[in-house]
Amino acid sequence: MKRYSALGLLRNALDYNRNWPAAWRSPEPKKSYDAIIVGGGGHGLATAYYLARDHGLRNVAVLEKGWIGGGNTGRNTSIVRSNYLWTEASLLYEKSLQLWEGLSRDLNYNVMFSQRGVYNLGHSLQDMRDIERRVNANRLNGIDAEVLGPAEVKRAIPCINTSPGARYPILGASLQRRGGVARHDAVAWGFARAADALGVDIIEQCEVTGIEVRAGRAVGVATTRGAIAADRIGVVVAGNAGVLAGMAGLRLPIESHPLQAFVSEPIRPVLDTVVMSGAVHGYISQSDKGELVIGAGIDAYNGYGQRGSFPVIEHAMQAIIELFPAFSRVRMLRLWGGIVDICPDACPIVSKTPVQGLYFNCGWGTGGFKATPGSGWVFAHTLAHDRPHDLNAPFSLDRFASGALIDEHGAAAVAH
Amino acid sequence: MLLIECPWCGPRAETEFSYGGEAGIERPADPYALSDAEWADYLFFRRNPRGAHRELWHHAQGCRRWFGVERDTVSYRIEKSYRLSGAGSGRPAAAHIEASKEKRR
Repeated sequence: MKRYSALGLLRNALDYNRNWPAAWRSPEPKKSYDAIIVGGGGHGLATAYYLARDHGLRNVAVLEKGWIGGGNTGRNTSIVRSNYLWTEASLLYEKSLQLWEGLSRDLNYNVMFSQRGVYNLGHSLQDMRDIERRVNANRLNGIDAEVLGPAEVKRAIPCINTSPGARYPILGASLQRRGGVARHDAVAWGFARAADALGVDIIEQCEVTGIEVRAGRAVGVATTRGAIAADRIGVVVAGNAGVLAGMAGLRLPIESHPLQAFVSEPIRPVLDTVVMSGAVHGYISQSDKGELVIGAGIDAYNGYGQRGSFPVIEHAMQAIIELFPAFSRVRMLRLWGGIVDICPDACPIVSKTPVQGLYFNCGWGTGGFKATPGSGWVFAHTLAHDRPHDLNAPFSLDRFASGALIDEHGAAAVAH
Repeated sequence: MLLIECPWCGPRAETEFSYGGEAGIERPADPYALSDAEWADYLFFRRNPRGAHRELWHHAQGCRRWFGVERDTVSYRIEKSYRLSGAGSGRPAAAHIEASKEKRR
């Protein structure tokens, strides 16, 4: 791998940028691998990278049915934070946040991680009690968190409507200063390039069509580019997790829903942080290009169509315009939908399965992007050692039978 | 926006309805007879198919009745909607509870 550096930028500029090498190879799939990761999104690529870097497993393939970063990795609002309520969840997301903090250097790729802070607004007395409880829980877990009043919110975000007569009056907010946003495409490309440099084969346009199970053990996959054998198979396919589970005769407690987001035309800098509101269900930040990036809620019905319905867009826009009346005349430029895998307790499943050598990493629902490095890190550990790391042990598939759910549905600051 | 045909009121906009998830899930007659895994399967595990899906909808802002819909989860096309009666619609929960009490007596 050719290291990226300031000097390299200069040298390539002198060549009119004609001689940049490809960021990763496009190899033909081999007949067998030590490990196969199904799904070339951020989580899958991160898993492959940490498998190669931390566990010495380099005969690894990532199989992607489309192209790298074309699924949910490129379809989110790129918010990163770790202020979850329950200890199990907050420690997992905090591990991820700590990895984010060194990620550009680790990968030698600028993922543009910008710790511009994340505000979670409170609109009622109960919202504020929940915020205080969550902030206290975060601080006990060593995670930075603050409670702010409406005046402090207004000082930090001048364009927000904090008037008491507002439809959604702002009584305060929680603030995690270490939270922020990252460049989602760069995360996929950076992990792909770094994993490739460690010997991982990244195979695009290769859809898995079957999982071969012999005597209770997964031994390989059938793909559109032929059969591939593997000692262990990690499946990280978000909304399609249930489809892949079905190939191995498994059922998952997951339902797939469309989740939408949209961006406005680029405007001058107006919002230098991230604002989320669980009660009115909208979240917003401004990209470096100047676009307002706005996230909506999920569509209530099951769907795999990578598009959602207009009432959901309207609902999110109403919320944003109530909070930021000045944005009412900003035109929207693009919108997109991703298929998210919703778990009953709004927490992921990063787990072994009843099939030996088959592992699932799914159920991140609406909040997977922030977890990209941490998810890959714990999943790589799980694959390499055939047992979960302490951080993801509570997120096993067994918890639905044991009853040890981690109920982040009402507890997370917003629907992620 | 989906155009959903309520079997009683006719075609109406999606915003009049609320979604009730997979159809045809029957409450086990005797929950106490189940293993934890079987109970978890009833509570949490769903088919979640990519393709044809039988599901429940509630005409919340209309006649307030539940009904079944067969819809494709990729194209979102609605194949049919139907009244809940007969096989697969589930017996009323109260009957199950009575039956399960009976069994334990």
